[in-house]
Amino acid sequence: MSALILTMWPGAATAETLATQSFLQPMGPVAEEQAAHLLRVVAITMIVILPVLVGVPLLLWRYRLNSDKAKYTPEWEYSNKLELALWGVPIIIVVVLASWLWYSTSKLDPYKPIGENPLQVQAIGLDWKWVFIYPEDGVATVNELAIPVGRPVELTLTTDTVMQSMLIAPLTGQIYAMPGMTTKLNFSATRTGTAEGENTQFNGTGFGRQKFTVIALDSDRYDAWVSDARSAPTLDDATYTILRRRSVLAETRTDLGLTKDATPIYFSAPDTALFDRVVQKYHQSRTAHTVDELGGTGLPPQGGGGPE
Amino acid sequence: MSNTDNSLYPGLNLTGVQSEANEKAETNVFGFWVFLMSDLIIFGILFATYAAYLNPVGLAGGPGPQELFDIKSVAIQTGLLLLGGVAYGGVSLGVKYDSAAKKVMLWLAISAILGAGFVFFEVSDFIDQAHKGGIPQASGWLSSYWTLVGLHGLHVSVGILWIIAMITQIKTRGLDDTVKIRLSMLGVFWHFLDLIWVGIFSLVFLVPLS
Amino acid sequence: MIQQTNPIFGRLDWSVTPYTDLLNKVTSSTIVGAGAATVLVVGAIGAVALLTWMRWWKPLFRDWLTSADAKKIGIMYIVLALVMMARGIIEGFVMRAHQATALGTLAAPESGLVAPDHFAQLFSTHGTIMIFFVAMPLLIGLINFVLPQQLGARDMAFPVLNQVSLGMTAAGAGLIMISLLVGQFGTGGWTMYPPYTGIEYSPGEGVDYWLWAIMISGIGSTLTGMNFAVTIFKKRAPGMHFMRMPLFCWTSLCVAIMLIYAMPALTVSSTMLLLDRYAGFHFFTNAAGGNMMNYANIFWMFGHPEVYILVLPAFGVFSEISSTFSGKKLYGYTSLVIASMSISVISFTVWLHHFFTMGSSVPVNIAFGIATMVIGIPTGVKIYDWMATMWRGRIRVTTPIVYLVGFFMLFVIGGLSGIILANPSIDYQVHNSTFLVAHFHNVIIPGVLFGMLAGIHYWFPKAFGFRLSETWGRLTAYLFIGGFLCTFMPLYVLGLMGMPRRSPTFQNPDFMPWMYIAAFGGVLMLAALTSLTWTFWTSWRNRERLAVPGGDPWNGATLEWSSPAPVPEWNFPHIPVVTARDDWGATKRGGDPWRGPDEYVDIEMPANTYFGVTLAGAAFLLGFAMTWHIWWLSIVSLFTIVAALFWRGLQVVEPVIVPAEEVERADKQYRDRIASLTPVRRVEEETEHNRGVPDITEFAG
Ligand code: HEM
Repeated sequence: MSALILTMWPGAATAETLATQSFLQPMGPVAEEQAAHLLRVVAITMIVILPVLVGVPLLLWRYRLNSDKAKYTPEWEYSNKLELALWGVPIIIVVVLASWLWYSTSKLDPYKPIGENPLQVQAIGLDWKWVFIYPEDGVATVNELAIPVGRPVELTLTTDTVMQSMLIAPLTGQIYAMPGMTTKLNFSATRTGTAEGENTQFNGTGFGRQKFTVIALDSDRYDAWVSDARSAPTLDDATYTILRRRSVLAETRTDLGLTKDATPIYFSAPDTALFDRVVQKYHQSRTAHTVDELGGTGLPPQGGGGPE
Repeated sequence: MSNTDNSLYPGLNLTGVQSEANEKAETNVFGFWVFLMSDLIIFGILFATYAAYLNPVGLAGGPGPQELFDIKSVAIQTGLLLLGGVAYGGVSLGVKYDSAAKKVMLWLAISAILGAGFVFFEVSDFIDQAHKGGIPQASGWLSSYWTLVGLHGLHVSVGILWIIAMITQIKTRGLDDTVKIRLSMLGVFWHFLDLIWVGIFSLVFLVPLS
Repeated sequence: MIQQTNPIFGRLDWSVTPYTDLLNKVTSSTIVGAGAATVLVVGAIGAVALLTWMRWWKPLFRDWLTSADAKKIGIMYIVLALVMMARGIIEGFVMRAHQATALGTLAAPESGLVAPDHFAQLFSTHGTIMIFFVAMPLLIGLINFVLPQQLGARDMAFPVLNQVSLGMTAAGAGLIMISLLVGQFGTGGWTMYPPYTGIEYSPGEGVDYWLWAIMISGIGSTLTGMNFAVTIFKKRAPGMHFMRMPLFCWTSLCVAIMLIYAMPALTVSSTMLLLDRYAGFHFFTNAAGGNMMNYANIFWMFGHPEVYILVLPAFGVFSEISSTFSGKKLYGYTSLVIASMSISVISFTVWLHHFFTMGSSVPVNIAFGIATMVIGIPTGVKIYDWMATMWRGRIRVTTPIVYLVGFFMLFVIGGLSGIILANPSIDYQVHNSTFLVAHFHNVIIPGVLFGMLAGIHYWFPKAFGFRLSETWGRLTAYLFIGGFLCTFMPLYVLGLMGMPRRSPTFQNPDFMPWMYIAAFGGVLMLAALTSLTWTFWTSWRNRERLAVPGGDPWNGATLEWSSPAPVPEWNFPHIPVVTARDDWGATKRGGDPWRGPDEYVDIEMPANTYFGVTLAGAAFLLGFAMTWHIWWLSIVSLFTIVAALFWRGLQVVEPVIVPAEEVERADKQYRDRIASLTPVRRVEEETEHNRGVPDITEFAG
């Protein structure tokens, strides 16, 4: 059904070649259920909406001023039966909708693990990029999230700047990431492919380019991806401080001395405590000592000015 | 709807064509109650905020209630403020029994002085706390504490200014109906502040200390 | 960024105007910025020139700015709103034009009509203006104009306070306007979520402009709420029981109560953000125990009731016009009252649905999701009640009815998307997307805007004595409906395709066809704005032919139609004694409705005063000075405010007495006039024959 809607959109053909950006082209069970729930809600609500869409034009035509056939009852102002229907039908519909809401909300709780032994990934939102850390595998990336098809993923989020919101539409819904706090997204991919992930909470001029690629890989290709990343340079504190600058991916790359394009950056990341240290930064008392590790907690300097 | 029964605001002892003054009193006093309702919401939200920051994260390693609060001084403030409320009773009775304007002004002055005493102790507490590092810039909890208690203190100060304004008005225009109505609104305001203080006393000071 | 603060000029210097930006670098963005500033400057100069040329300064002050007459205050509110709406719609168009040119790549810098930061200022000012300085003043203005007349009162309970409210709103609007010329506006959207809008991440004046504009106008709105509530409780004509009040009064009562309870939350959240920014407090900062979630909570405790504050008066208007233009009694009065009341109560229990995705637990999300859906019940009931009102009526498709039909057909779609968004599981996907943008425009434009425009069209003759052109009125309505469809339906699709709101750029070429349709919609909206302006102009020129001195052009049923048009300052020569719901209708049924009162008495009206203007000027200066850290000016303006209050308290204010003879003369003249005019039948309502005296035999069939 959702595929049908998509093909009616102009340019849907080209959509196949690009990274998917919509939950109506789901790549996993969560988005699939969300799309199904959407259609369900639309269908049920139509019961009260269609009569209006059809009825109003009919009313206008039938009871127009100079129609001489139509009845005219200027004093009529109340009917018990009608009243019962007017209140009753919406109430019944809301009861039905509410039960579905209950069901789908509990089923799709982003905090609830999808299955056994999920792949743990940590995400740090920066101005205007995302850092993904794989503590089990000791690798990290900027703006690329690779996941093995079939294995559940548990993403733990925080941010090292203002509030952000991460959405990977074809896989799961969004959740806010806030400094000093962590939130979670649980999802899994059922087919290989690329999806686009993004920040949806405006956070400054680079906001429109804070996108990242999510690639769902077979487990062999995933392992190969991990071992490739392991041979990349190390994500140490100094490098992280550069990442934390306000810059989009392309500018970050120039800061790190890489080519100025939008390809993701890979790191080996032996420091498994990095994520926790970023969260903890915000809990240290200002009065005790000013926090300056990992780039501090204040407004980072503007990036994109080349490596120091 | 106008109510022509002039027994409505007997406490104000309004003169002239009773019904008209009563109608005005009714509208104004009712309006003022509505205003206080909205003020109450402000305090309500600030109370909730205070509670939300009263935890280790909100304290952020800064000084806490144990180090900062001087319950003795708070008790004195409570006494002064409540006595100020009692003193205002003198104003209300004076208006009701048509006492001399002098007497009403005297009671007003006493209320103002008691209120000023409250503000004095409160400010010296604030200064003390600031010396111990308890400035509002130290943590989220302290920000909420200063805002809530400070806003109440500000209200009391405005109340004192209002009393001074009323004394001036009695002097210049005498105890006319408008002034009487305003005095009754001021009374509502003054007692409202007592009520808020009871909330502050128990929620802000007693809860974290216990 | 440490800024220098000059003791005299604060942070003001010559670099703050958009012209400096233009001189630094000529881009389409700086040209747009400087162009907007120029429009403002030229507009201001033009207005001053016109006033001087026409010698209108004195009448402006004497008859308008110092007046405490609720009707005039209401009209001024509406004029203010329409001026601000012009800016808001133009900004909407610029944003649409920008996004139609904003397709980019991840590697290349953002392109398009305006720069990202400029775009962010546009959506922030547009949202702020549309909510606080268009929708709010429209409804407050309309209520001010209509409420006392419908209740059978002469004025509001507190006329001077009313003037102050208008002054505060105007001062806030002034601050937003001046930000076009002096400095920048904030970029945090109309919600201004910290920590992004905290001092660390948004240094400079932008957020402060927003804060002061919101706080100052917020005080005005709170006072207005009180004024409305007290008026309704205390000022009803004898016999006007609650259950006899017209529906518009009921929705006004709901609005009043909601303003009283909701506005304080906005005041608190803004004050806290202000303290964070000016005094280094830690309410919403990242570090030192600050927590931005508290902002979201407090802001939306205001924000959600606010959207129902906006829409309820429109519902009131729809109740009036559906009955009047169908020539029928309103169906389900009691139902509608219950529905309005329950909407206002439930609206306080749903705020969390604005941040389902902040990580709240499942039970919390379920509870708020269901509460949100429950609001749909009374809303749905209302729509069906109005349809039942039209059923078996004699419907005249006048401009208000075109708006009503547009509302019916479009609002239900907004309702559908609202029900969709109420599901946390789906909201996780479409929150913060253009789907949400489409949703709220879908309820605000057909709901609030159409309702208010319909109301303006409906009551305009009562204010100015002539009708608005129906031809142009309907064209405007059609353009708004078409413009809405083209602008916002594509945004639903884009949202489902995954496009975030507030995007200065995007990379998906599939978005483009939808962007073009939406941009075309923006053009239609501009056309609608032009057509609206033209409607007023052309009707003014034809005012002789459109004049309705009889005062009852639509054969209405509520009290305000029993007086001449334009309505005299005192509304009623004699306070009416109400004996029925829709009292004027009942009188018409009884025959001989235009009988004058037996005796005339002196009427007391509030005296003119400069109090409101003074406070407004001082509040504007206070906001401006605080925004730019000009401390001396802040102190002076604050002192002016306090002094004005003291001064007013010392004054013995005597009302103006309109002598009985004058009232009698005017009233007799009106009654004679009525007798000389030929009643008009409904079929001829739109023609020149409509002089405001309807054929009462037609009133009830
Ligand atoms: C009449 C033509 C209108 C047009 C062309 C228009 C266009 C827009 C556009 C392009 C945006 C930015 C969307 C985005 O963030 O991606 C926007 C946002 C918004 N609009 Fe409108 N709009 C119109 C009318 C209105 C009206 C009548 C209201 C309310 C009374 C309104 C309230 C808002 C609000 C509150 C926002 C959100 C601002 C934010 O992101 O914080 N708009 N509008």
